[in-house]
Amino acid sequence: MFTTQNYVVASSLDEAYELNQKPKSTVLGGCGWLKMGRRMMSTAIDLSKLGLDQITEQDEYFALGAMVTLRQIETHPGLAAYFGDCIAECVRHIVGVQFRNCATIGGSIWGRFGFSDPLTLFLSLGAEVVLHKAGVVALADFVNMPYDRDILVEVRLPKRGQKAAYVTHRASATDFPVLAVAVCRTADQTVCAVGARPQRAALVVREDGEAVQAFADRCADTLTFSSNLRGSAEYRAHLCRVLVRRAALAIEED
Amino acid sequence: MNQKYVGTGVRKSDARALTTGQPVYTDDIAPQNALIVKVLRSPHAHALIEDINVDIAKKVPGIACVLTYKDVPQNRFTMAGQTFPEPSPYDRLILDRRVRFVGDAVAIVAGETDEAVDRALRMIKVKYEVLEPVLDFHKAKDNPVLIHPEENWVANCPVGADNKRNLCASGQEGHGDIEAVLASCDVVLERTYHTKANQQTPMETFRTFTQLDAYGRLNIISSTQVPFHVRRILSIALGIPKSKVRVMKPRIGGGFGAKQTVVTEVYPAIVTIKTGRPAKIIYTREESMIASSPRHEMEVTVRIGAMKDGTIRGIDLYTLSNTGAFGEHGPTTVGLSGHKPIPLYSGTQEAFRFRYDVVYTNVMSAGAYRGYGATQGIFAVESIVNELADEIGRDPIDLRMQNMVREGMVMPAYYGEKTNACALDRCVQRVREMIGWDEKIKPRVMPNGRIRAVGMAMAMQGSAISNVDVGAVIIRLSDDGTYNMLLGCTDMGTGCDTILVQMAADCLECRMEDIAVYASDTDTAPYDSGSYASATTYVTGMACVRACEELRGKIIRQGAKMLNLSEEEVAFDGKRVFSLEDETRSADLASIAYSGQCGCSDVLSATVSHSSPVSPPPFMAGAAEVEVDPETGHVELIDYVAAVDCGTPINPNLARVQTEGGLVQGIGMALYEDIVYAADGTNLSNSFMQYKIPSRLDIGTVRVEFESSYEPTGPFGAKSIGEVVINTPSPAIADAVARATGVRVRTLPITAEKIVRSMMDKQ
Amino acid sequence: MKISYTLNGQKVTDEVNPAQPLTEYLRSRGCYSVKRGCETANCGLCTVLVDGRPVLSCSTLTARIDGKVVETMEGLQSEAAEIGTYLADEGAEQCGFCSPGLIMNIIGMTRELKNPTEDDIRNYLAGNLCRCTGYVSQLRAIRKYLAEKEEA
Repeated sequence: MFTTQNYVVASSLDEAYELNQKPKSTVLGGCGWLKMGRRMMSTAIDLSKLGLDQITEQDEYFALGAMVTLRQIETHPGLAAYFGDCIAECVRHIVGVQFRNCATIGGSIWGRFGFSDPLTLFLSLGAEVVLHKAGVVALADFVNMPYDRDILVEVRLPKRGQKAAYVTHRASATDFPVLAVAVCRTADQTVCAVGARPQRAALVVREDGEAVQAFADRCADTLTFSSNLRGSAEYRAHLCRVLVRRAALAIEED
Repeated sequence: MNQKYVGTGVRKSDARALTTGQPVYTDDIAPQNALIVKVLRSPHAHALIEDINVDIAKKVPGIACVLTYKDVPQNRFTMAGQTFPEPSPYDRLILDRRVRFVGDAVAIVAGETDEAVDRALRMIKVKYEVLEPVLDFHKAKDNPVLIHPEENWVANCPVGADNKRNLCASGQEGHGDIEAVLASCDVVLERTYHTKANQQTPMETFRTFTQLDAYGRLNIISSTQVPFHVRRILSIALGIPKSKVRVMKPRIGGGFGAKQTVVTEVYPAIVTIKTGRPAKIIYTREESMIASSPRHEMEVTVRIGAMKDGTIRGIDLYTLSNTGAFGEHGPTTVGLSGHKPIPLYSGTQEAFRFRYDVVYTNVMSAGAYRGYGATQGIFAVESIVNELADEIGRDPIDLRMQNMVREGMVMPAYYGEKTNACALDRCVQRVREMIGWDEKIKPRVMPNGRIRAVGMAMAMQGSAISNVDVGAVIIRLSDDGTYNMLLGCTDMGTGCDTILVQMAADCLECRMEDIAVYASDTDTAPYDSGSYASATTYVTGMACVRACEELRGKIIRQGAKMLNLSEEEVAFDGKRVFSLEDETRSADLASIAYSGQCGCSDVLSATVSHSSPVSPPPFMAGAAEVEVDPETGHVELIDYVAAVDCGTPINPNLARVQTEGGLVQGIGMALYEDIVYAADGTNLSNSFMQYKIPSRLDIGTVRVEFESSYEPTGPFGAKSIGEVVINTPSPAIADAVARATGVRVRTLPITAEKIVRSMMDKQ
Repeated sequence: MKISYTLNGQKVTDEVNPAQPLTEYLRSRGCYSVKRGCETANCGLCTVLVDGRPVLSCSTLTARIDGKVVETMEGLQSEAAEIGTYLADEGAEQCGFCSPGLIMNIIGMTRELKNPTEDDIRNYLAGNLCRCTGYVSQLRAIRKYLAEKEEA
């Protein structure tokens, strides 16, 4: 359970940003794990009244406000029409509908959790994040940036004709993934994002003419894996060879 | 006897209250002004408290009391809810200077609000002398590090316990010359199987509130399966007379054995004693995961001897059981690891031997979990029988049909009891048909590359603890011809409050709604050992049948008196007592009831206690169909079928749900449930995030059928059902996985990683 | 912090601890059907409807119900009783501790999905854990409830 001296429902992003510059301030996401930990905050900043809960389709991209819930993403017809099943596939395992009605994409992406399903898929899709101060940053860069005092406002999924597949292995249906793999093909290139290693998702680009299994093996050989409750480093590397191949084949099928 | 209700799936009588969210559970009815009680827990697996300073904590506004080991009685006791004298050693204090696992209680804080108590907990300064822990249960016996060196440690029963050897229990038994029999067998297999600690995880965590009543007595309202044991245990732990303690249980949000241990009751109780104020403790899920009463981890080594024709002639079994920091249920659970699996093969068995050690270690104390040692032993024996079938090239079902126990047989490994009612053979045949065994026995590669295969197992359990468990019922005729029934057993969602009324209504030939049931309260209910050990339907059910018979006799006597006839000249049809010669001469039940309240010295009431010299086993067979991904090792459970012989199912709906629920718990145990400790003894499986129980996406089809038998010593021919149902999934799924992949997983859970590793090792 | 919202049809204005989980806040207002089963947002026992959508009240800050419509089982007694009879006819309520959360999510599901398939049902209700029943009897009850609702 966290405790806070001040609770501020921000009336503008500028206000939220200002408040967030104080060292013990925290921007609240969906608060899915409210009771975990014992954080003490000076100011809790609530972005829920800034209209950041909309998914809008632009010419070049889909804009997902930071407070858009995982359930909105799962059920959005526009996202499904453009990107196919991979969008729903990357959130449907997460606990349950009630949880996904609370958890926000902003919280999920900002946290840059190793186990994050959306982070892995979105990385492969070439997503960008919009930060209040720093502006538009590629997710591929953002994923490795240190936590700072900026505010995540929006996540953008660019429309580049992506064809993507999202594949995971889980010990049980609603558990965190033991390994998460997204392979995405555009006109330019094919990339693979591997998450839950259990470190944060990382990208590998497929070389021209590289055979599927060779690509999968290269992912397994170049990325680092570690052990935790859900699996050993060796097993994760093994899964990487299998799942990358499967995801890559899935998008080649048609 | 006329059966209108017995054998029908009537709704539970508390269903409406439960499904409309009425405030009927412990925390819903606790007084608003109850002090909040929380426990400070040890960060070390083994340590002595050198110094503990609570001065600042006590000064936190809103704090009513802070207690340490210096403030509690020095009477050792056990938290195991068992009949006195408990086989579990007296090895606990409410708070001890020595802490024995990460999460062990160090101090108790009570205050007006959550926030005040949390603050005070942070203000307690403890200096520990950190000791070397014993974390590997293989190394516990005779380890120089002693977990219970204290001089006032007591084992009340001769269970082979020795605190100077880290032994909670030890022993051996047998029948026939096992070595000679094995030496003359064509095939002898020896294998070791390892089952892990599992959490029961009732959805309602452990919780209790306490208060003093108008007589100054300690009232304990708790989510417990064992009110009478709670009363005795608290009287011993607190050093107060039992007459000063009253225990009540409201609706319980699940038990599964977890609440057969007195996990939380002592904490608010001592606060109420010290402060005179109401107090409540609501365990968090984390506390329920790290400081509770999970299944005993066991390593079972089996030797099995057979002839080439499949005759199983002898079983030799050694169990090493890990009781953790305290001995709750340690000496008794281990017994079932031999007593339940070995008799399954009484058909051909010439000899058996069963040896065991139960050791203390510095992890959380184990307790009672559905199956209670049988689950562990059955995983081992059913697995080795499946391995034996492989070894000698026999169909596992045919092998079992050749060797299994059947009706009328004596079971030397089960106290020499004879099976009065046994439909195990029919259960196995039924399961064979349900799963389509003969067509599916050969594994099939599916178009997606996955492999489908089937596996099976048998199981038995008991019905109550013979010569120990007591069930009791008070039933009395009330105003206007309705009845009150008082029970000491504890419906934890299972429906015993309902099925006992089903039985009583049939015995008394009345409507169920004419019987008001109440349970349970140690002041008003008759003594009942509680709802555990698959006892309630069988033992309390029989008490119910006998009590109703006795009350019928009294009603007939009173009615006959009113009609100026002898008892032999009248009959009772549930509504009236009438003359056999002239049926128009009758006294209706209401008038008999009112006559009993007016100028009458006879109470129209019956109190019956029942205990059984035998514990008739329920039997069952289960079969799993799995689909294994040979590349990832992922196991998908496609179908699980079970056929159960629980004697007469009193309420087929509730019996079916018991079975389905037990099977799914068993499926979780088989595939992923595992309490994992870090190298320093920290429990990593401390939440539903890290200890996953099955969700409704994790089960395929689960199908249950009943093969009835008639147990003459049980009510309406009933045996038990509560526990036997958890025992088959682990061995059946392990067997199916072995058939699909060639990999025998002998250490649970059967994870994808274990399967893949073994497959790669083989290649 | 002062908030205004609708609880089970009643307009409420209240001075609240904004960071208090909605579970505890609702229980303090007498909504005892709302149960807590974990601290990690995994069990679904605390499910309530906010603006008609099922959410985990344990993961909802009390501040965030400002301006919203909150429904607990206390305000949906007839729906609960109806669904409850289907569960009870299968023995599927068992200990009952997870029943309010499950039934609230079933109500949420029936408002959101038309003619859900077996898979839809399992997926929608996956976040409602139950340890007693093994889920099978609940599925039987829900299928019957939906089928009879469809007919009516």
